[in-house]
Amino acid sequence: MKFGVVVFPGSNCDADVKYVIDQVLKQPVDYIWHQEADVSGYDCLVLPGGFSFGDYLRIGAIARFSPVMKGVERFARDGGLVIGICNGFQILLEAGLLPGAMKINDNLQFRCHDTFLRVENATTPFTGRMSAGQVVKIPIAHGEGNYYADEETLAELEKNGQVVFRYSTPEGEITREANPNGSTANIAGIVNKEGNVLGMMPHPERCAEAILGGEDGKLIFQSIVDWLERGGNSD
Amino acid sequence: MTKLWQEMGLTDYEYNKIIELLGREPNYTELSMFSVMWSEHCSYKHSRPVLRNFPTDGPQVLQGPGENAGVVDIGDGQAVAFKIESHNHPSAIEPFQGAATGVGGIIRDVFTMGARPIALLNSLRFGSLDRDRVKYLFNGVVSGISWYGNCIGIPTVGGEVYFNDSYTGNPLVNAMCVGLLEHKDLKKGVASGVGNPVMAVGARTGRDGIHGATFASEELSDESEEKRPSVQVGDPFMEKLLLEACLELIRSGAVIGMQDMGAAGLVSSSCEMATRGGSGMIIDVAKVPRREEGMEPYEVLLSESQERMLVIPKKGKEQLVKEIFAKWGLEAAVIGRVTDDGMLTIMDGEKKVAAVPATALTDACPVYEPEARKPAYLEQTAAFTPESLPAVEEYNDVLLRLLASPTIASKEWVYRQYDYMVRTNTVVGPGSDAAVLRVKGTKKGVAVTTDCNSLYCYLDPFTGGAIAVAEAARNLVCSGAKPLAVTDCLNFGNPEKPEIYWQFKQAVAGMSAACEKLGTPVVSGNVSFYNETNGEAIYPTPVVGMVGLIENIEQRCTMDFKQEGDLIYLLGETKAELGGSQYLSVIYGQDAGKPPQLDLDLEAAVQGCCLEAIKRGLIASAHDCAEGGLAVALAECAISGRRGCSVGVSSDLTATEVLFSESQSRIVVSVTPENEKELLALAGEYNVPCQKLGIVAGNDLRIMVNGTEVVSVPLDKAENTWREAIACKLG
Repeated sequence: MKFGVVVFPGSNCDADVKYVIDQVLKQPVDYIWHQEADVSGYDCLVLPGGFSFGDYLRIGAIARFSPVMKGVERFARDGGLVIGICNGFQILLEAGLLPGAMKINDNLQFRCHDTFLRVENATTPFTGRMSAGQVVKIPIAHGEGNYYADEETLAELEKNGQVVFRYSTPEGEITREANPNGSTANIAGIVNKEGNVLGMMPHPERCAEAILGGEDGKLIFQSIVDWLERGGNSD
Repeated sequence: MTKLWQEMGLTDYEYNKIIELLGREPNYTELSMFSVMWSEHCSYKHSRPVLRNFPTDGPQVLQGPGENAGVVDIGDGQAVAFKIESHNHPSAIEPFQGAATGVGGIIRDVFTMGARPIALLNSLRFGSLDRDRVKYLFNGVVSGISWYGNCIGIPTVGGEVYFNDSYTGNPLVNAMCVGLLEHKDLKKGVASGVGNPVMAVGARTGRDGIHGATFASEELSDESEEKRPSVQVGDPFMEKLLLEACLELIRSGAVIGMQDMGAAGLVSSSCEMATRGGSGMIIDVAKVPRREEGMEPYEVLLSESQERMLVIPKKGKEQLVKEIFAKWGLEAAVIGRVTDDGMLTIMDGEKKVAAVPATALTDACPVYEPEARKPAYLEQTAAFTPESLPAVEEYNDVLLRLLASPTIASKEWVYRQYDYMVRTNTVVGPGSDAAVLRVKGTKKGVAVTTDCNSLYCYLDPFTGGAIAVAEAARNLVCSGAKPLAVTDCLNFGNPEKPEIYWQFKQAVAGMSAACEKLGTPVVSGNVSFYNETNGEAIYPTPVVGMVGLIENIEQRCTMDFKQEGDLIYLLGETKAELGGSQYLSVIYGQDAGKPPQLDLDLEAAVQGCCLEAIKRGLIASAHDCAEGGLAVALAECAISGRRGCSVGVSSDLTATEVLFSESQSRIVVSVTPENEKELLALAGEYNVPCQKLGIVAGNDLRIMVNGTEVVSVPLDKAENTWREAIACKLG
C-alpha cells in the first residue's frame, strides 16, 4: 500500500498530510511533484490544501493544467482512490473530477475554526470507520469554501448518496448557523458517482492526533487503509 | 531653497559628514544610497546608544542582536530564530498591503537564518473602533495579515490587539516570526570569500517602495496619503516559493550567507553583508533582473520590491543555485562578486556609478543622543487619585462593560481569519496567555507571546517597560514554559523631541532591568520612531515578543477552569492599584494615575512557583491577571472553561480595588482538592502569597468581597458580551 501526496507550487498542507500518513498511520507515503505525469505505483493520491499557484486567476484553475493532473485523472478513472482536501477539493472541481463549483464564503472572510460534520454516507472508501448520522469535529481554514451546485446536480448528488459530509450542529442538526461559508445544502464534502474520488473542505489531517485537540480526522485515513487492505471492497 | 540632500531627509551636518567620509561630494546615486542607509529606519541613529543597555548574553543565546534574527538554543542540537518588526507607517496609509508586506518581511528575516518558520504573531494597536477610519484600518490590517500568512502557510498563532485614541492616525502593526532550525544550518547575513559570486534571487526588481525607509522615518501628516506609492506590494505565493528554494539551497551547503532585500533593498543588503564580513562588493545593476524598463541605477538600488534575497554562494555553485531556483520557478542572477577592498562599488554595465566604503553606509552613520526631558503631563497624570471618583454601585454592569471593551473582549473576530493550525504544530492556539507549538519528533514545545500595556508606559515608561517584559514572561510561565529570550519592537514618537526621547530611554531602562532579573536577554528587535500624526505622538509602546521552552509538552497548562469542584487560588497579591487600569480608562475615560508597581523579586518568585507547580502537575489551570484585574481574569478562566465560579475574598481593600486593580505578579490558578496542600507548601517555599479565592462551580460568575456579593452574572451573559463585542462594533 502506498500513498502519494501531490505537491503543487503553493501547496502548504502537503507536509501535514504526509506526517499523518507516515507518523500516525505508519503507512508508506511519497511526495509527487506537480511536474510528474506518471503516478503509477500508488494506491491513494492526496491533493492537499494550500494556495496552489497563489490561487491566482481562479482557485485551482492553473493547478488543473499541471502535468500531474493528467495522471490523477487516469488514476481516478481506473478506480484509484483520490482525496482532495480544501485547495485539493477546489482543484478536483476545476479538473471536472467532481461536479459543482466553489464560491467565496458568504461572510466574505477567511475562516479558521473547528466545524461539526454529519456523516451522510458511511459506505464510501473514506468513511468506513464512521457510521451514517455520526457527528465528527474537523476544522476548516478557507476563504472560498462556499460549495455550489445547480438544482439538477444537487438532486443527482443527493439521489446517488454522493454527499458525504454536511456542516451540522454538535447534535447533528443541519442548520443555517452551522454552515460556516454558505455552501449549498450545508455540503462540506462529496464523492464522485463511482465513489472513489472525495473532495472535502475541512482538514482531517489537522485532527488526527489527541495532542492537537481531536482525532476524528484519523477515521478518514484509517477508513482508506481498511479499504485498501480489503483490496478495494466495502466489507 | 531646499537642498537635494534635505529633500532626501539628510541634514546639512550629515551631508558634510558624507563629504568627509568620501573625500569628495557624492554623486546622485551615492547620495541616494546614504539617504536610505542613514535614515532612522535603517541606521538606528537615535536609538543605538540606548539599545546598548539591553542585556544580550546568556548561555542559551546562539545569535544576539545585529543579525537578521536572534537565535536561541532549545536543546538536542535545535534552536529557534525569531524577530519582531514594525510596519506602522505603510499600514497607516495602505493597511492591507502595509500589514501584508510587514508579515512577508519578517518571515524572510527568519528563513535567511536557515530556519523553517513555524509561527507568526502580531501586536496591533488602533484608535477607537467607533471611528469609521479606524474600522477601515483595523479591517484592512487583519485582512492583509490573513491573506499573506494563510497563503504562505505559516500559522498565525498569537499576538495582541489594543485600542486607544493615541493610535487613531498612526496604528501599530508589529509582526513577529519564529522559526525552527538545526544548529548546523544556522546561516548569517555575511559576505566573505574574495571572488565569491553575489546573486539576486526571487522576484524581479521594479520601482515599488523607493524611499520607503525614508518615509518610515518621518512623522505622518495630512500629506502622507500622497506617499501611498512608497508602500510595497506583497506576493505571498512568490514568497512561499522563495522560502522553499532558500531552505533547499541552505541544506545543499552551497551558501556562505544571505539576506533579505527589505528596507533600502539592494543597498542595505549589500553594504550590511559586506560590513559583517569585513569585505567589499562590486555589483552591476545592469545584471539585476527587472520588471520595468528604463530604471535608473539608483532606482534599482533603492527599490523595495518584495520577495527578493541577496545570496552569496560559494564560487562554482552558481549553476546549482540557478537549478534549485528554477525548480521553484524563480530566477537567480549573478550580479556581482565579493571583494576585499571594503568598497561597495556599483557598476551600470561598463560605467562605474557609485563607489562608497561599505562601512560608511553602516557603522559610520552619525549617532545622536538627543536631549531627554521628563514630559510635563506626567505631573498631572500622577496627581490623579482614583479615590476622587464616585463609588461604584453596580459591579455587574462595570464588569460587563469591561468585558465588552475591545481591548479586553475576545479577539476571535480577528484570529478566526488567520490559519492558526497549518503545519499541525499548534497545541495551544490564539486567545490564550501564550501559544504553544510542539516540536515534531521531540517531547518539546515552544511557547510564544507578545505583550505591552502602553497605557502603563504612558504613565510611567520605566515601570511600563519592565511590566511588558514581566508580563510576557508570566504568560509563557502560565503555559508551562521557561522564558528564554526577548525580541522587541520599540514604537515611539519623534525622538528629536526631548519628551519622547525621555520616554524611550526610560522604557529601555525598565525593560533592561526586567530582562536582567528574569534571565531573558534581548536577541533581536526593531525601533520605530516618528509614530506621530500632525505632531501628536502615540503612547510609548515597547512591544515585547518572548519565546519559551517546554521540555515536556505533556506538562503544559492553559487558562480554562477544568473541573467542577477545583479550588481557585491567587498567586501574588492584590494592592490598591487602580492607576492606569482599564477600569479607569473604560468606565471613566481616565488614562491617569500611577501604574501598578513591579517588584521584580516577587515577580521572579511568582513565576518560579507557578512553573514548578505546573511541572509537578499540581495545578489544573493558570492565567495571568492583567487588564481588567481579578474580575476579568476570573471571567476569562470561567468562559474558556465553560464553568462558573464562586469566589469570596476577604480584604482591607475596597471591592472596586479587589475586582479591578491591576497589581502585577499575580496568577489565577485552579487546583484539585487533593493537590491543595502541596500547592500551599510550594508557595511557602517560594515565599509567594497564595490566597484562596473560591471554587469552580455552577453556571454563574459570583464574587463576594468581605461577605457581600458584589458580582453575580450568568456565565452565558458574560461570554456573549465578551465574545460578540468586536463584531458588534464593526456591525
